[in-house]
Amino acid sequence: MTASRLTTGGSAIDRSRPIRFSFDGTNVEGFAGDTIASALMANDIAVVGRSFKYHRPRGIWGAGVEEPNALVDVGGPRATPNTRATTEPARDGLVAKSVNATPSALADRNAFLDRFSRFIPAAFYYKTFMWPDWHMFEPRIRAMAGLGEVDKGWTSPGSADQINHHCDVLVVGAGPAGLAAAKLAAGASLSITLVDDQQKPGGSLGHRAGEIDGKPAAIWIDETIAELAAGGHLILPSTTAFGIYDHNLVGLNQRHFDGRRDTLWRVRPRQIVLATGAIERPLPFANNDLPCILSADAALAYLRRHAVLVGRRIVVATNNDSAYEVAEAVAEAGADVTLVDIRRDGMPATKARLVKGRALAAANGKLRVEGVTLDDGARLDADCVLVSGGWTPTIHLFGQAKGKLAWSEARAAFLPGDPVDGIAVAGAAAGAVSLSEVFAGSQNAVASLGQAKVVTPRSTGVEATGGIVAAWPAPGSKGRIWIDYQNDVTVKDVELAARENFVSVEHLKRYTTLGMATDQGKTSNLPGLALMAGITGRTVPEVGTTTYRPPFTPVPLASFAGARAGELMAPVRRLPLENIHRADGAVFQEYGGWLRPAHYGGRDADADRTIQDEARRARQSVALFDGSTLGKIEVIGPRAAEFVDFLYYNTMSTLKPGHCRYGFMLSENGVVFDDGVLVRLDEHRFVVSCSSSHVTAVHARLEEWRQDRFGRGAVYIHNATAEMATLTVSGPNARKLLETLDFGLSLDDAGLPHMATGHGNYGGDEVRIARVSFTGDRSYEISIRADRAEPLWAHLRQAGQAFDAVVIGLEALMILRAEKGFIVIGKDTDGTTLPHDLGVEGPRAKRRTEFVGRRSLFTEEASRDNRLQLVGLTVPQGDAPLPTGAHGIKRSGGRLRSQGFVTSSYQSPALGRPIALGLIERGAARHGEAIEIQHLGKVSTATIAAPCAFDPAGDRLHA
Amino acid sequence: MQLFPCPFCGPRDETEFHYGGDAGNVRPDGADVPIERWADYLYLRGNPKGTAREIWVHMSCGEFFVMERDTVKHEVLSSTALGGEHAA
Amino acid sequence: MTRRYSALSLFKEGLAGQTGWKQAWRSPEPKPSYDAIVIGGGGHGLATAYYLAKNHGIARVAVLEKGWIGGGNTGRNTTVVRSNYYYPESVELYGLAHRLYEGLSKDLNYNVMLSQRGMVNLCHSTAEMEVGARTVNAMQINGIDAELFSPEDVRRVAPIYNFSPDARFPVFGGIWQGRAGTARHDAVAWGYARAASRLGVDIIQNCEITDFVIEGGRCRGVQTTRGAIRADRIGMAVAGHSSVLAAKAGFRLPINSYALQACVSEPVKPILDTVVLSPGTGVYVSQSDKGEIVIGGGLDRIPSYAQRGNLPTLETVIAGLLEMFPIFGQLKLMRQWAGIVDVVPDSSPIIGESPLPNLFLNCGWGTGGFKAIPAGGTLLANLLATGRHNDISRPFDLDRFASGRLIDEAAGSGIAH
Repeated sequence: MTASRLTTGGSAIDRSRPIRFSFDGTNVEGFAGDTIASALMANDIAVVGRSFKYHRPRGIWGAGVEEPNALVDVGGPRATPNTRATTEPARDGLVAKSVNATPSALADRNAFLDRFSRFIPAAFYYKTFMWPDWHMFEPRIRAMAGLGEVDKGWTSPGSADQINHHCDVLVVGAGPAGLAAAKLAAGASLSITLVDDQQKPGGSLGHRAGEIDGKPAAIWIDETIAELAAGGHLILPSTTAFGIYDHNLVGLNQRHFDGRRDTLWRVRPRQIVLATGAIERPLPFANNDLPCILSADAALAYLRRHAVLVGRRIVVATNNDSAYEVAEAVAEAGADVTLVDIRRDGMPATKARLVKGRALAAANGKLRVEGVTLDDGARLDADCVLVSGGWTPTIHLFGQAKGKLAWSEARAAFLPGDPVDGIAVAGAAAGAVSLSEVFAGSQNAVASLGQAKVVTPRSTGVEATGGIVAAWPAPGSKGRIWIDYQNDVTVKDVELAARENFVSVEHLKRYTTLGMATDQGKTSNLPGLALMAGITGRTVPEVGTTTYRPPFTPVPLASFAGARAGELMAPVRRLPLENIHRADGAVFQEYGGWLRPAHYGGRDADADRTIQDEARRARQSVALFDGSTLGKIEVIGPRAAEFVDFLYYNTMSTLKPGHCRYGFMLSENGVVFDDGVLVRLDEHRFVVSCSSSHVTAVHARLEEWRQDRFGRGAVYIHNATAEMATLTVSGPNARKLLETLDFGLSLDDAGLPHMATGHGNYGGDEVRIARVSFTGDRSYEISIRADRAEPLWAHLRQAGQAFDAVVIGLEALMILRAEKGFIVIGKDTDGTTLPHDLGVEGPRAKRRTEFVGRRSLFTEEASRDNRLQLVGLTVPQGDAPLPTGAHGIKRSGGRLRSQGFVTSSYQSPALGRPIALGLIERGAARHGEAIEIQHLGKVSTATIAAPCAFDPAGDRLHA
Repeated sequence: MQLFPCPFCGPRDETEFHYGGDAGNVRPDGADVPIERWADYLYLRGNPKGTAREIWVHMSCGEFFVMERDTVKHEVLSSTALGGEHAA
Repeated sequence: MTRRYSALSLFKEGLAGQTGWKQAWRSPEPKPSYDAIVIGGGGHGLATAYYLAKNHGIARVAVLEKGWIGGGNTGRNTTVVRSNYYYPESVELYGLAHRLYEGLSKDLNYNVMLSQRGMVNLCHSTAEMEVGARTVNAMQINGIDAELFSPEDVRRVAPIYNFSPDARFPVFGGIWQGRAGTARHDAVAWGYARAASRLGVDIIQNCEITDFVIEGGRCRGVQTTRGAIRADRIGMAVAGHSSVLAAKAGFRLPINSYALQACVSEPVKPILDTVVLSPGTGVYVSQSDKGEIVIGGGLDRIPSYAQRGNLPTLETVIAGLLEMFPIFGQLKLMRQWAGIVDVVPDSSPIIGESPLPNLFLNCGWGTGGFKAIPAGGTLLANLLATGRHNDISRPFDLDRFASGRLIDEAAGSGIAH
């Protein structure tokens, strides 16, 4: 037993609440307030994981977010792979498993790989596995890679909350710098949001000595927090600021520990104060990755917060002053301590044996530290090594905000350089060491925001000092010295990268994977680039840093997704009469963003028969169809006629009030963008009926041209699509059926001829009746206030019984329109189809006024003689319908070439044979010609025909 | 998340806006416009790295406007309604 | 010194402490003039230099890179290699790239880890299946491998997809290309750099173009932060910054620059074997050999040169990912980043001589330049060496915007236009 729980102390733990959980199948006992790591440590479990490549045994290094080694898969309903043991609260019954180890971290069966490490240095995979082929090797390498395991049985515990938040000052970090800044800003009557990634505020004051305004640090922290809370300020513990985005939007991830998903906060503060502290660095010596080698500061945190003494015979290795406090504390707690300081003129120490001017050359041991060797060859017995290689300010967020860094030789670290608008950095993150420096920095950080009515906190205790002599990994060092623990990057790997010219810091990172592990190099980046500087004879700032990118620590994907799932992510549009259709047995499908009845009754195997039946009956008597999705965009104003002329391919200004005209809208590249009927209500008022799926886009397009070309006073545009329901009555008996209802207007050919529109009344509401047809039969489209559509629909259905009326879904309508050769834009056209490809040549040839897309109709491409043109396609009697998506083909010189493709294809109940539409090369001139059709390798024959296969003379429109 | 100032509604999240193209890209009318001129209007863009003058639409209110901004730093320099009214 | 990469050389070097490896590429001082200059040390630029030397015997070539090689979109993409295109022109181009990729590790003596585990483009409705069939048939007719997948087929290759009955984006089937997959992006840049350097090409990093040397109306060289460098054939392959260089050369391009984001999860043991793309969510995803889930989505629809991730698009993309793969709800995002891509109206590249004679373009690859690197290099090398198009590059000339002969894959494959 080396690491152990002391019988007293531990500010974070509650000894009255013991807990028990399992790690790699072993029982672990702890207390509420323990992290998984502190409990493992208290149970003297040294090997907690295996490294990524060499499967080296790894122990706990840190006590916070910088942890590179101690990752575990947490199982159960809240399964989370790769959970950082140092920040994850231990809870009763938790099941944790080490990552990348089988069956356990202690007895990993892939541990043998380390013996072959000399043959698998950084980037070895680029140099081999080429013969016979990478595919021979990849599956095994894939199986080896990865850390934690995804639980395939996992189900979501619900969505994460997302909160937008505004405040005057966002303080990131509730250590001494952050607390002081928050206190001062609050004193200037500003609204504060204070976030900290730990469960308890205080930062380093939670385990380091300090006396503020004459009080012990713990008291001062509690008082300050209480004061902020009383002032109504928002304090978020267990919350990590993971990213600063454009215009200083800060992303926070808040943890809850009560079963709820984490919460994502998007905070837009006026001012950001980064009081994010600093992270302790390792020191370079051989086998510096052995379990029981940990950050000195972490050991102090475990001691003071969790009452865990990390060893009995401890060597503290340092190059700076900060480890002295640690050495004294662990000695006082009962350990035998030797402090090895690289500096000759360090500070005195009272309770620890002091070895000055010496560094560690190696740690000895297999699965845990058994001793150390100093650089003079002296060997010391030890069960634990505490390391302090200096401090790296946590300036990730400042870097993300594109803040420039400045190298400080005195601190052996990058500090924030030129200021960034709206962001101040304070405390250890800005290089401050003593509390006096820290508080001065906090005061500066908020000075510009207003006059604080409170006094700046004062350090009244012993002040920390920042003496340091840099101790970077050196080229040519003996033994295996780790820089990136998780990804197994050693000094030799960095040397190899340099040898092979990967000297740019980004190349170094990518070639060796330095800093690319889950800890994103929090402990390894600076030592790595300092080593590269040493190898290449450059200074550290000349080598520079890699780009800081979010997130600062890994953030659950669920936090980003929030409530966006299913229909909340991509809502469908719904019909006003949806519930009525459901009651009628409608089978719904999504079409162009709308949820619409595909057919009524006849699920699955019966669907086809049902659709055929609907289409057949529609031609026999009369069909009812809910066409409410049809776009209804009103264009109103003194220049409305001129406006629609410009927007449409067809001349529309000649349309008489009360009449309708079919036309195309083009894009500026000439391509048919939408088709539909334009209704002219009066001299200055039109209704654009556009395709259901294009309503939003057409509306946007109309607005754009209105504002860009016509001006706000000339035309007004109103999208009334959602306000009106449109019910269609179509078929030989359509008029007879409608005449049983009294709309107060004549529906005969004189009163309401084909392509005319009129206004009537139904139940006191105005209805607009347009005689337009998408089926080829006599049809009436009745538009009525959406909220009054239900009685009209019920009335139509009831009246329809006398005529054997059929309610049809969209699938039957698609057959009816295809029989007539009527196109659906985007189905029977593609993004290259020009209006003359669809047989509408007139406006292109004759129009003299300007319209959208006009010039593009006269390019070389538009005038090509082998364009794809709309045709009908017929197949021999008895054949099945052509598959939609099949291509017409031509063989020349053994090669196949596409001649176009089938766009719509159905069995026609009216004709008793298959029909199809297609876009076929020079198709308009090839009616009657045979063409080979290929689908998934099979070839059949079809004959090119006119698009309209049913009632080509159009007699039924007037029947 | 960038904040864009709509001349009519004030600062709003970038997700409420849609980019409309280069400001000052004047449409040449006519079926006989030289094809190079037409292709220039249709396709060629300044795409400046730095200060850009662009047409944007605030989808919430439907108004188009001109915005000047820096395409590297993402600073917004000005926004003006097509009628000339200034915001921010 | 060990030059050749192989299992044997790695073993021998292992015995010798890996100390005998040569530089992967040399970093010489720039010479005052070259036979050809390639601007841009990304995949396309380095491949161009390599093929100039290898295919055309022109080795007095400099690759000028503003920063570090492979640092642009080559090192920022989601590493997908595929050739599932609709139009014959595209199939010729991307098919060439795909075939070259298949032999690239051996050609370069550098393992680029081409991992052909297949890719499925999902179809979420009957209408999408019809377009899927149209696309598969076009690919088969044009001589590229493709299959139309049933829902059962999709379940076989991506069993963890959301097949629940209330899935927002149900699977009706998909377009499968078995030869598609991923390659290690950095390795492609480094492999070309090493091979080109060994053939005599000078790779000059930290060398930014400040201006073009224009004499007699022709491009005769470049001014750089490391001095003037002359050549009579100059190619540019600077994805994301093409318009900036074009402005220096005095012309405009049909390009807008947008940020395209990508992100990765923490590494996990193998869970997803193929590349999956959902048109419903716009998300494409694969799992790297290292175990990270590699996630891509749509553009940030704000013209930008800031190579920086943003929250709104990320949130949409991640939401889409979790809708596709609900069990990824237990994973964490490890890193997000962005690259700047050239977006062209028809989403096809521009390859050919620029309006400034002697200056040749390789740009406009949009979000998909990585998969085309070997072809982009081959074709630009051919243009630089011969001054003329070949049959594959001709359709992609800048002149298509005036003629109207665009190669718009989105238009052809029926995606909303």
